[in-house]
Amino acid sequence: MKLYDSIELAARNLRESALRNSLTTLGISVGVASLVAMLSLGIGLQQLASRRLQRSGLFDSIVVTSRRDLRGFNREQEESGPAPAESPDLNEAARLKIANVAGVVEVYPDLRFITEVRFEDKPHLTMVAGLPFSSKDGDSFEGMQGRFFSSEDAHEVILQKSFAAELLGKSSRGPDEINVGEVAKPLLGKQLVMRYAERESSGGQDAASYSVISHEMPLTIVGVTDLDPDSMRGSARARLFIPQKLIEGMHPMQAYDMRASNGVTSDQPIYSNVVARVSGASKVDAVEQAIKKLGFNTFSILDATKSMRRFFAILDLFLGIFGSLALTVASIGIINTLVMAILERRREIGIMKAVGASDADVRGLFFAEAGAMGLLGGICGSALGWFIGRVINFGTNIYLKRQGFPPEHIWSVPVWLVAGALGFSFLVSLVSGLYPASRAARLDPVQALRYE
Amino acid sequence: MGSATIRAVDGISLKVEAGEFVALLGASGSGKSSLLNLLAGLDSPSAGSVIVENQSLSGLSREELAKYRRHTVGMVFQSFNLIPSMTVLENVELPLRFAEVERTKRGALAMSALEKVGLSGRLKHRPIELSGGEQQRVAMARALINQPRILLADEPTGNLDSRTGTEVMELIRRLNESLKMTVVLVTHERDLAEKYADRLIFLADGKVSADQPSTTRIVAGAKP
Repeated sequence: MKLYDSIELAARNLRESALRNSLTTLGISVGVASLVAMLSLGIGLQQLASRRLQRSGLFDSIVVTSRRDLRGFNREQEESGPAPAESPDLNEAARLKIANVAGVVEVYPDLRFITEVRFEDKPHLTMVAGLPFSSKDGDSFEGMQGRFFSSEDAHEVILQKSFAAELLGKSSRGPDEINVGEVAKPLLGKQLVMRYAERESSGGQDAASYSVISHEMPLTIVGVTDLDPDSMRGSARARLFIPQKLIEGMHPMQAYDMRASNGVTSDQPIYSNVVARVSGASKVDAVEQAIKKLGFNTFSILDATKSMRRFFAILDLFLGIFGSLALTVASIGIINTLVMAILERRREIGIMKAVGASDADVRGLFFAEAGAMGLLGGICGSALGWFIGRVINFGTNIYLKRQGFPPEHIWSVPVWLVAGALGFSFLVSLVSGLYPASRAARLDPVQALRYE
Repeated sequence: MGSATIRAVDGISLKVEAGEFVALLGASGSGKSSLLNLLAGLDSPSAGSVIVENQSLSGLSREELAKYRRHTVGMVFQSFNLIPSMTVLENVELPLRFAEVERTKRGALAMSALEKVGLSGRLKHRPIELSGGEQQRVAMARALINQPRILLADEPTGNLDSRTGTEVMELIRRLNESLKMTVVLVTHERDLAEKYADRLIFLADGKVSADQPSTTRIVAGAKP
């Protein structure tokens, strides 16, 4: 029998005992709804927890440090690989090597220095950091006033809003009270002068000998950002950003240059750390392993959130199990309904066999009925689950508001969850149909026809 | 069934020629329906064989038996065995679904089968809305739709009054003659059998007690 004939006959049979089949389908709907509701709660909570981290755009970044720098991250974990004294320097050559690791999009040294900035003849002291041109596409600049750098080495700056407020003499206010638009308006397009110390190689073989020359550089303010694009570092947090290419070309004297003088093996500058940007968060693990093999220490936000992610994986698992329980009950309902249907339709099955239905035809018919109930239940259940989610989200936000918190999205029903729930309920219903279908198929037509 | 083995059909050996109209007669429990079920491929013998058109049914798989029932034989029953939830037309078309006949061709095939049994109206009615005679005609149309070469009829007049019973028998006779269909009819009404069949086979306790040609057969269509 053709598939559409099976479906048509199945639909007819389902309509024939509409009430019973609707109740069974309702059971599946409730099962699917509970599964969707549980999982979307889990996903929602997970997203709530990681949203800030993800927004920072740092999920795909790996901070690489030299093992020679004994203050590095994860010191106790680095038992494999070369000892600190034999490990390579983190210099330009190392940067190229890291850039060649599969999955790495770009590698840039983390250059930052504390310096004096003059704005309208008033000095201000702040931390300056390089910002790679690729950050433009990240989410870090959501809500930024003005624009991003016009080119990779433009003489332009982006200010963190608290520093912008400081330039305007409004520094006494807390960061949450500063309105970006308000502080940006008088600053955009204005010039400020940044002082910096250039490290200039003296040309000798001695790596530790170099000159330090003081420079001044005028820069145009092009943007004021609300978020902190650099939120990963605590005390070394920068408030003034210039293009990465620009800062690299400046050869600024780094705070660790003095400290590194005793360990360097060439006159090349070495970096305290470089940041490797990876093409996707899923590749971070593999890239980290590859960089460790090169003899460097690595650190990523993913490392830091590993335990959090493990917690949510377990939470999702348990929520999924609880949700599935209802679906299991529903699937027993399908079995029950179909077994009843066999008893009721014994004679009909006998007739079908007498006029030429094969075992497979009868089996297909029952499968189609089970599948139809599963699919319909899945659709209704997903909708119901989504609706329950909306209601609970709404209720939670009323509660949060009363408690003085901003509203949150604790409920998330991604498309894959809906598709998965549909597929799962369809699959479960087919599995439930397995026994009734094979029982119906094996029915002896002579006995079935005798049955009144 | 307990431990005693009941031989519903026991040691029967008979041959039906193509185009023959055979009546199986006997009291209830004599084994005539069991024999018919064996011929229909609905049941299989514990010993012995059923050979139809040079093919032994016991050698066929369940799938092949279904195909055999679909294309080689058509069955009609005492209780009509129409599916109550389907209309007349849907009932007649049912075997076409299993035969995977294209949807667009089904209507015409069903109409021509219904024409053969003299039914053209009330196609959208459900069986329960039809008289017994009409229901049996629908069942006949369903049996004919895949153009089988053998018609197996299990007490087709059992639930009908004598007038409609005669009409149905006339119809079967006509099919036997015009389409050259082989007919095996199970009945306990000797008069009907003698009037319409070529050959009468009497069964008792699962065995053939007599096998004789009909002497009083009438020509189809002629009223006695």
